[in-house]
Amino acid sequence: MNKRFLSILLTGVMTASMALTGCGSSSKDTSGSKSKTEDKVVTIEYWQYFYEPKIKLMDKLIEDFQKQNPNIKVVQKHFPYDSYQQKVSAAISSGTGPDIVNLYYGWVPKFVKAKALQPLPEKDFPVDTMEKEFAPMIKVNKIDGKYYTVPTAVRTMALFWNKDIFKANGLDPEKPPTNLDELVQMAKKCTLRKDGKLEIEGLTFQPTGQLHSWFRPILLTQFGQQPLSDDNKKVLWNASENGYKAFEFLVDLVRKEKVGENNFFTDDSTAFINGKAALHIDGSYRLSGIDKQAPNLNYGVAPLPAHNGKQVSFGSFWTNGITKTAKGEKLDASVKFLNFLTSPEVMKEWTKETGEIAARMSLVNDPEMSKDPKLAVFIKQLPVAESYFYVDEGADRKALIDAIDHVLLNNEDPRKALDEAVNTVQKILDEYWKE
Amino acid sequence: MKLTIKGRQAMWAYIFIAVPILFFILIRIAPTLFAFNISLHEWDILSQDKPFVFFDNFKTLFKDNIFKKAMGNTVKYVFIGVPLQLIISLCIALLINRLTKGAGIFRTIYFLPYVTSTVAVAWVWRWMFMKQGGVINQIITAFGGTAQPFLDSTGQAIYVVIANIIWQSIGFNTIIFIAGLKQIPRTYYEASSIDGASPWIQFWKITIPLLNSTVVYLVVMATIQTLQVFTQVFNITGGGQGNPGGPVNSTLSLVLYIYQAGFMNNKMGLASAATIILFSIIIIITIIQLKFLTKKVEY
Repeated sequence: MNKRFLSILLTGVMTASMALTGCGSSSKDTSGSKSKTEDKVVTIEYWQYFYEPKIKLMDKLIEDFQKQNPNIKVVQKHFPYDSYQQKVSAAISSGTGPDIVNLYYGWVPKFVKAKALQPLPEKDFPVDTMEKEFAPMIKVNKIDGKYYTVPTAVRTMALFWNKDIFKANGLDPEKPPTNLDELVQMAKKCTLRKDGKLEIEGLTFQPTGQLHSWFRPILLTQFGQQPLSDDNKKVLWNASENGYKAFEFLVDLVRKEKVGENNFFTDDSTAFINGKAALHIDGSYRLSGIDKQAPNLNYGVAPLPAHNGKQVSFGSFWTNGITKTAKGEKLDASVKFLNFLTSPEVMKEWTKETGEIAARMSLVNDPEMSKDPKLAVFIKQLPVAESYFYVDEGADRKALIDAIDHVLLNNEDPRKALDEAVNTVQKILDEYWKE
Repeated sequence: MKLTIKGRQAMWAYIFIAVPILFFILIRIAPTLFAFNISLHEWDILSQDKPFVFFDNFKTLFKDNIFKKAMGNTVKYVFIGVPLQLIISLCIALLINRLTKGAGIFRTIYFLPYVTSTVAVAWVWRWMFMKQGGVINQIITAFGGTAQPFLDSTGQAIYVVIANIIWQSIGFNTIIFIAGLKQIPRTYYEASSIDGASPWIQFWKITIPLLNSTVVYLVVMATIQTLQVFTQVFNITGGGQGNPGGPVNSTLSLVLYIYQAGFMNNKMGLASAATIILFSIIIIITIIQLKFLTKKVEY
């Protein structure tokens, strides 16, 4: 009798657990609609990666939008950051994708080539108006004279410096380096080694972080070598001595000047947040991380150091596009939602909640936006921030990471390493432009 | 249809088996055939068109240095990981077999790593082997040695991953070995010691031959699993800020290469071709192992 009861219980538990795993789904469905109208309601789907401030803000924005447009319902779905790209690719290819998708700007060429996105309607997003009103960095996503995506907010790169470490090493805590020579000198002064082990690094060095974005396009441009040809078809990193010099400057930071190490204190931002790095080059998104994890860190933000008279920054952004599946009413609804997402009011709210910088140039000098002096430095970099054209961001970044590893770990000649990296990336570009 | 009782029972058996077989075909066989098909095409996962490229993907793979590196690394994983795993597990099994009391506790302790989440163990291992602040380096420097770069070194990174694989698989292998050891009748050992055989000779002439079927089973299982290693490599050298595949691809395994080609570089055709190659390698090695290692031993 006992055995029988146990076996029935076990069967029941197994069946129940199978049923539960069957109906569990990995995506969370947060729809902020209360619409119970009898009119035809058009439902569109919006996807972005999981980042709590953005998700919460989007819920609120959707509510506002739906109040203004009672016959449109927007459903937001989000996915973990690590698997976001795979999720989106798989969904779009199987036809189960969203109407509006939030993409990293570096993925746009791939998606456009696969015809997964449709061009933004000319009457709602005229090309000239877009180029006049939005930050110059969006031009990197202009394909065949058309725009397929438009961002709400962008990020730029600047120089973080730890004022306490500066003071402790006899440097004026209010005077960050303004050019590359000063950068190296100050970094050397702040580097601290005990018994040969690095305790505090002068300048963070993390190729898997933002270092690769500093190299191209910024360092290359500053040393006088344009990173890509104008039509984005040829990789020019090693096209002249200047390119090699820029790369040697980069690897010499570890080889000769010894101001930083790869993976020191886990990674660059962790080192800086924990006060183990004097200087750190990173994007505006890092501000919220520092505020949360190290609110008492005494640091400042400055424009990226200039070189040869050129002061430029790097910009990256997540941008919104309309997928090929949005047609008819859904297309109209999606266009309305995109217009809403890129309106100045929404951009202001976005900056307030997420710390990302509004993509419209009209807001650069807006006093409300520049209230936070640290964010203001990033905003001021907007007119000089360029983005770098990626066909395959992961592979492009890896080529550079491998080149740096070859030099620093295997003592390879930097010129040879750079040539190898250029060959790898050129192959990727060639394949992309083949058709 | 008139069926005998046996026939009717058999009919029911077929019906019951049909359901899982259908499921198996759908989940395993059909995707495998699909992969065979895709390997002859070019597909970037996003678009609908898949142009037929015949054997181009395979040609590309054979010319790709990174694919060759992945193959070389996978060979290292198997040729170093599998024998070491089995030797260590056998030693532990022999020791546990000798215990009169507390064998159960030791078995549990050694089996625990096997039931722990591979991902969690991989991350803890990664932090243990961190260049700075990792436990291992702290111990080494406390004994006066120099801190090792471990995961930041092109030479050492793969051995760190291999060590993790070995550590986690010891439990399973040990349990199976213990079961195998227990089947060997004690009388053989007693008879041989009467005849004057030393423990060493006993080990080589009695234990090993009679463990043959256990060893073959474990070798085949371990080889198949290690040829497909992914989780440990991805989590110990990749994830988040990491560089999956180790510095300059020194820990890159075949399956990680396939994952990167298919899902990060969007080259599904190439990835499928690589899976076909891996599939062939596994089948060939398994057949060779089964043919050459299996011996019928009876005393």
